[in-house]
Amino acid sequence: MVRFENVGLRYGLGPEVLRDLTFGIEPHSFQFLTGPSGAGKTSLLKLLFLSLRPTRGTLTVFDHDTSHLTKDELSVLRRRIGIVFQDFRLLDHLTTYENVALPLRVLGKEEASYRSEVVDLLEWVGLGERIDAYPPILSGGEKQRAAIARAVIVRPEMLLADEPTGNVDPPLAKRLLRLFVELNRTGTAVLIATHDLSLLDQVEARHIFIRDGGLTVTDPHVSEDGGW
Amino acid sequence: MVTGTRRSASLQHWVAAQGRDGAGERAARPGRGASLVPPSSIAGRALMVIIAIMTFLGSLTVGGVDLVRTAAADWTSSIVREATIQVRPVAGRDVNADVTRATEIAVRFPGVADVAPYTAEETRRMLEPWLGTGLGAEDLPIPRLIVVKLADDRRTNMEAFRRALAEVPTASLDDHRQWFDRLRAMARAVIVVGLVIVALMIAATGLSVVFATRAAVETNRPVVEVLHFVGARDAFIAGEFQRHFLWLALKGSVAGGLAALGAIMASGLIAARWRATAGGDQIEALFGSFALGATGYAGIAVLVVLVTAVAAVTCRFTVMRTLAAID
Repeated sequence: MVRFENVGLRYGLGPEVLRDLTFGIEPHSFQFLTGPSGAGKTSLLKLLFLSLRPTRGTLTVFDHDTSHLTKDELSVLRRRIGIVFQDFRLLDHLTTYENVALPLRVLGKEEASYRSEVVDLLEWVGLGERIDAYPPILSGGEKQRAAIARAVIVRPEMLLADEPTGNVDPPLAKRLLRLFVELNRTGTAVLIATHDLSLLDQVEARHIFIRDGGLTVTDPHVSEDGGW
Repeated sequence: MVTGTRRSASLQHWVAAQGRDGAGERAARPGRGASLVPPSSIAGRALMVIIAIMTFLGSLTVGGVDLVRTAAADWTSSIVREATIQVRPVAGRDVNADVTRATEIAVRFPGVADVAPYTAEETRRMLEPWLGTGLGAEDLPIPRLIVVKLADDRRTNMEAFRRALAEVPTASLDDHRQWFDRLRAMARAVIVVGLVIVALMIAATGLSVVFATRAAVETNRPVVEVLHFVGARDAFIAGEFQRHFLWLALKGSVAGGLAALGAIMASGLIAARWRATAGGDQIEALFGSFALGATGYAGIAVLVVLVTAVAAVTCRFTVMRTLAAID
């Protein structure tokens, strides 16, 4: 699904923030991305959701070498990836419903075809009463849930989440994690970047640890200190 | 990968597990197709006002050009339908006999509808405002005039008419061609100047849209980024901005066009109130009754559509270029 081969990334003429990354994300897989602040988690996520291209090495996403893709082709690939940003990135002038339905609208779908689905999902994440509310009046946790709903509404093949439980209480964090697990069971590969070590204990999943631009991958299904 | 149907069923399972099935049926209806570009901004309102002002001025220009064109057409048509034979008094010739002979030639000439020679008395009366009363017209070498009305089909061969009049050596024919040419040239000049002004206004509107669009894209950069992240192509984003600016431009241009129509109608009413005065009569003689013809209304309507279309196309082009630069 996603393959990094000797990938390096630098911003401008600065030092490499990611070095010699070689690993993959397989379909149906579940993994956590952890590491200290400034280690390169956000840069790695940006590579994964095609916001950046590697400055060296090869990044293949859904069998496409990203270095050869046009802007429009990148947009089409992004439709297969769901993203939850740490800062939510909801559009303040759209209601919660419209924010969640945004990816479907971009796909050109008629509202009648997705209305109940969007409302059902909003109900499930606990925003059933906030459908017509605008983001500025939502709490941090509500924004987080709306952002997650927007990312999963298209049932992406891969879901990337940056600190998805950072603004919610533990019970809701558990519930959101269940949503990710459920999505993963239905075929979505999930990668969650988090500092919340308690999350790591709740799901048996690969741990990708990033430090100083390099990776260590631990896969409970392969070995104690497995690599790709 | 798992199919969408299976996934959808799974989602239903989650909903059922929460005991909240059927929520979609009772939910409030959110606004469908809300603009993805934030609807109101100071720049947007300023652009709408600029477009309204430009369309107002452009519509006034179009209306003015139409008034001048119509008035010039009226003048030229009445000039073209008339000619004047001038018979000069020359020593040794009977001017009355020459007038009679010239009249006979004119009456018989093909394409002439009516001939009205001015008598000596009529000529004297005509000159009274300048020369006063008690004038003996026979004491002055005043030429005699014969007004010739031409048939409407305008097929009168003026050169042949002139040759026929050569039989009366003191007669000369003025077909008003010089006046006609001057009026036509003036009317054309007014139309060309008007069109140039309208073109400049449309260009200025286009430039305003370029700057406003760039500002809007920059201001809404977070919106653009989110749209990119959820898979929107540049064409989709450009379409959203285009829809936003199309609506703004339509509101501005319609308001400007209506305001111009109102101004022209108000001018017509004012001119009508002055009609009985000397100044009013002069204005009416020059510009007609300030009533727009069908071409005037059509011109303003076309201008409104043109300004809106230019704004929309310019916006799309600018957004596509700006997005390419962002990439």
